[in-house]
Amino acid sequence: MKIQNVVMAGSLESNDVLVTLRPTDNDKLFINLESIVQKQFANRIKKIIDDMLNEFNVESGDIHVQDRGALDCTLRARLETALSRAEEGR
Amino acid sequence: MSKLVNSLEEAIKICGLEDGMTVSFHHHLRNGDFVLNDVMRAIDKLGFKNIKIAPSAIFPVHEPLVDLIKKGVVTEITTNYMSGPVAKAISEGIMDKPVIFHSHGGRPRAIENNEIKIDIAFIAAPTCDREGNMNGINGPSACGSLGYAYSDAMYANKVIAVTDNLVDYPATPISISQTEVDYVVQLNSIGDPKGIVSGTTQITRDPVGLTIARYASRVIEHSGLLKDGFSFQTGAGGASLATAFYLKKILKEKNIKGSFGLGGITGYMVNFLEEELFEGLLDVQCFDLAAIESLRENSNHQEISASFYANPSPKGCAVDNLDIVILGATEIDKFFNVNVHTDSNGYIIGGSGGHSDTAAGSKLCMIVAPLFRARLPIVVEKVHTITTPGETVDVLVTERGISVNPKNIMLKEKLVNAGLPIIDIQDLKEMAEKIAGKPNSIIVGDKTVGKVIYRDGTVLDIIKSVI
Amino acid sequence: MARIRRTMLFVPGNNPGMLFNGCVLGADSVIFDLEDAISLGEKDSARILVRNALETLNYNGTEIIIRINAINTSFWQKDLDMIIPKNPNIIMPPKIESKEDIIEIENYITKIEERDNLVKNEIKLIPLIESALGVENAFEIAKASSRVVALFLGAEDLTANLGAKRTVEGKEIFYSRSRVVIAAKAANIQAIDTPYTDINDEEGLIKDSKIAKDMGFDGKAAISPRHVEEINKIFTPSYEEIEYSRRVIEAIEKAEKEGKGVISLDGQMIDAPIVERAKYVISIFENVKGGRY
Repeated sequence: MKIQNVVMAGSLESNDVLVTLRPTDNDKLFINLESIVQKQFANRIKKIIDDMLNEFNVESGDIHVQDRGALDCTLRARLETALSRAEEGR
Repeated sequence: MSKLVNSLEEAIKICGLEDGMTVSFHHHLRNGDFVLNDVMRAIDKLGFKNIKIAPSAIFPVHEPLVDLIKKGVVTEITTNYMSGPVAKAISEGIMDKPVIFHSHGGRPRAIENNEIKIDIAFIAAPTCDREGNMNGINGPSACGSLGYAYSDAMYANKVIAVTDNLVDYPATPISISQTEVDYVVQLNSIGDPKGIVSGTTQITRDPVGLTIARYASRVIEHSGLLKDGFSFQTGAGGASLATAFYLKKILKEKNIKGSFGLGGITGYMVNFLEEELFEGLLDVQCFDLAAIESLRENSNHQEISASFYANPSPKGCAVDNLDIVILGATEIDKFFNVNVHTDSNGYIIGGSGGHSDTAAGSKLCMIVAPLFRARLPIVVEKVHTITTPGETVDVLVTERGISVNPKNIMLKEKLVNAGLPIIDIQDLKEMAEKIAGKPNSIIVGDKTVGKVIYRDGTVLDIIKSVI
Repeated sequence: MARIRRTMLFVPGNNPGMLFNGCVLGADSVIFDLEDAISLGEKDSARILVRNALETLNYNGTEIIIRINAINTSFWQKDLDMIIPKNPNIIMPPKIESKEDIIEIENYITKIEERDNLVKNEIKLIPLIESALGVENAFEIAKASSRVVALFLGAEDLTANLGAKRTVEGKEIFYSRSRVVIAAKAANIQAIDTPYTDINDEEGLIKDSKIAKDMGFDGKAAISPRHVEEINKIFTPSYEEIEYSRRVIEAIEKAEKEGKGVISLDGQMIDAPIVERAKYVISIFENVKGGRY
C-alpha cells in the first residue's frame, strides 16, 4: 500500500501516541519517531512500527509517530487504526 | 554608625568580597526570589571571578546563573536542591567543579563545622529594621519561616540583610536578630509574591494519586503508630499531601490527638492544628498564605531553624522525634534506595531537601508514588542517584501494590493481616516491566557534575553528566 | 454466589491512560465505553484500542464490561466481532427495550463463539434500560437470556424520554428504579443504579446512592473516579449488617447441627432469602477488608 492521503490516529495525551501518515512525493518510506521515553524505549517502539508497516505492506509514505509514553498495545492500536483508515481511503 | 547601605554594590565592597570567596543565600522566596540574581549581577558588575555560591536551593528564576557560570564568575556551588535551567546546564557539564549537594540537615551541620565557610551571607528579609532585626511573616514579599537562614546568619563572616520592607525599630517579632547582622540594604522589591507562595495548596485531583493516598493512610492506620501524641510530616504535593487528607478522616474517626506536625508547612497542616489534631507545628518553611498567617497568629505554630529541624548533631533535632514521614521519589530500587536528585534521563531535577534527614529520623518512612510515570516504572534495578539510603526507608506505596522493606517483619505482618495488597518489591518491579516493557539503561557522560553528601558528611553518591 | 458489583466505573474506550489505570481506582467493575464517550469518527479507534487492552493488560480481578454501540447503529456488530474473541467478562448493550433486542445480540455473540471456537456462554450481559419502553419490558428483558446477570438503569436518557427533569430527590425516576429492582429480583439477578452526573457534588452523590441502596439496588455506576469511594462505602455492608449476617449464619449452622428445620432470630423467621442475603453480605465483607474502598 502507498499512503495516499493524510491520516491520523491517537492523540498527544499522556500515555497515548499520535500517528500521522502522509503521502510522499518520492515513493520512499520515511519514519520519524519522537518519544518522551526515547532513550529508554526507542528501539522497542521502532520495531513495533516496522512490524506494523510490514503487516500492512506499506511501500511508501511519511510516518510520523509522536509518543507520549504509550504502552506497546496502545502503539499497535493507533498504528493499526491509522493504517486501516489509510487502506479504506479515509 | 548606621548599618544602612545604599546599594548591594556598596555592601559587597564594604564587606571586602574577593575572588574565590563564598556567598550564601536562603531559598525562602523560592521561584519568586530576586535577591540572588540581584546580588550576583552586582558581583559580576564589580568584576569578581571564581565566586563560590552556597544557596540553600536554586530555582528556575535563577537562570542568569547559567551565564555567570559560563563566564567564570561562579565556579563552585553548594546547595540542597536545584531545578530548572541551572540544573539542566549543570547536568550538561558547563561547570568544571561538581555541585556539592547537602541535605537540609547536612547544610547547617557543614556550616557549623566550618566545612562550608561563608564569607558573606545575603539574607532576604521580608521585614527588617535599620539594625537588621528581621522576620519573614510581614511585608509585601512575606515568606513565613526563615528557617534556612539561621546558620548563615550565625556563622558567616559578614551578614547583609536585604529588604523591601524597612520598618521602625524594633521589627518584632524577630526571627534573626541584629546581633548577627552587619549591614542592611533596601531594594524596591526582593521578590514576586506569586512565585514565593501559592494562594492555597490544593490536594491532587488525579484519581491514581488519590488511590495511592488512600492506601498510604491505611498503612499508617495499621502501622501501630497511630495513637495519641503521634507526629508526622508530609511533602507539599501529589499523593503526599492527599495522604494527609485521608489521614485526617481516620484521626477524627478514632478520636486521636497528635503532638506535632513538622517540615514545610501548608494550609493543610495548619488545618490539623486548628482542629486540634496537633498540639503544635514546627515550621522550617511556609508553602502558602495560610501557613504564613498561622505562623503570624498562632503561638503554637513555631518557626524553627534548619539546624533544629534536621541537623544530626549530638543535641538532637526535630526529625529524631518524628513518627511518620510521607515522601516522594523519582526512582526506588530493590534495596529501597530512593532517588530525588535526578530524573529518568539522568538530568538533575531536585535534591534531597529534607528527604534523607526525615527518612533517617522518623520511625516510619513512607514513599508514596505512582508505579509508572509516563511509561517508566519507578522501581528500577539501581537508582541513578542515591539520595536516601534504603536502610532508612520502610515502605513503598503505589497504586498497584505496597512493598515493605524486609527489615520490617512486624510491619509487613500487620499490613498483610489488614488485607492490604503487599507485594515484594522485586515482584512489583517485574510486574511493572511486564506491563510497560523493560527500559534500556541510560548511558552517562564522563564528567562528574554533582556529589551527594549524606547528612553526616560522608559522600553518598556522585552524579555524572548527561550525554 | 453473585459477583460483587458495588461500583461500575465508566471509562472512555479511546483513552489509553484511563484504560490502563481503570482497574486501580477501586471500582468493582470497569466499563470500557465504545458508545456515548466516543465520537462517530473515532469508533474504529476505540474499538481497536479496547481490543488490544483486553488482550494484553491484566486487570487483577476487576470485572471488565464493554458498553457496545446500540443495535440501531452500524457499529455494534463490528464491536462484538472484535471484542468477543478477547473474552471480556460482560457486554453491556445500551438502549434495550425488549427481549427481542437481547435475543438478537445474544445470537450474534453465540455465532462468534461458534465461529472462533470459544467457550460458550461465559460472556454475560448487563442490558442498559434507558427508555420508558425498556422499563415497561424490564422483566422480560431480565428473563430473555441466561446470560443476563443484571439490569442497569440509565436515568439520563430515561428522563429525557419521559420529558421529566432529573433531580437529586429522584421522584421522577422513583417508579422506574422500583420497577427495575423488582424485575431484576423477580428474575433472580442484580440491579445497578444510574450514575450521578454532577462530578463536584459529593453531598448529592451520597444522597442519590443512599436512595438506590435503600431501594434494593446492588450497586451503582459512576462516571467519575472521584465518586467510586463514596459509592463503595454506601454499598458496603455496615458493621451492623455484617454482625447480623454473622449471627444468621451461626443460627443456621446451629439449627442444622441440632436437626431443626425452622429457626428464628430476634423474633424473626429466618428463611432462605435471608440466609442468601447473609451469605452475600459476608462475602462482600471478606472481599473488601483492608482496601477496596
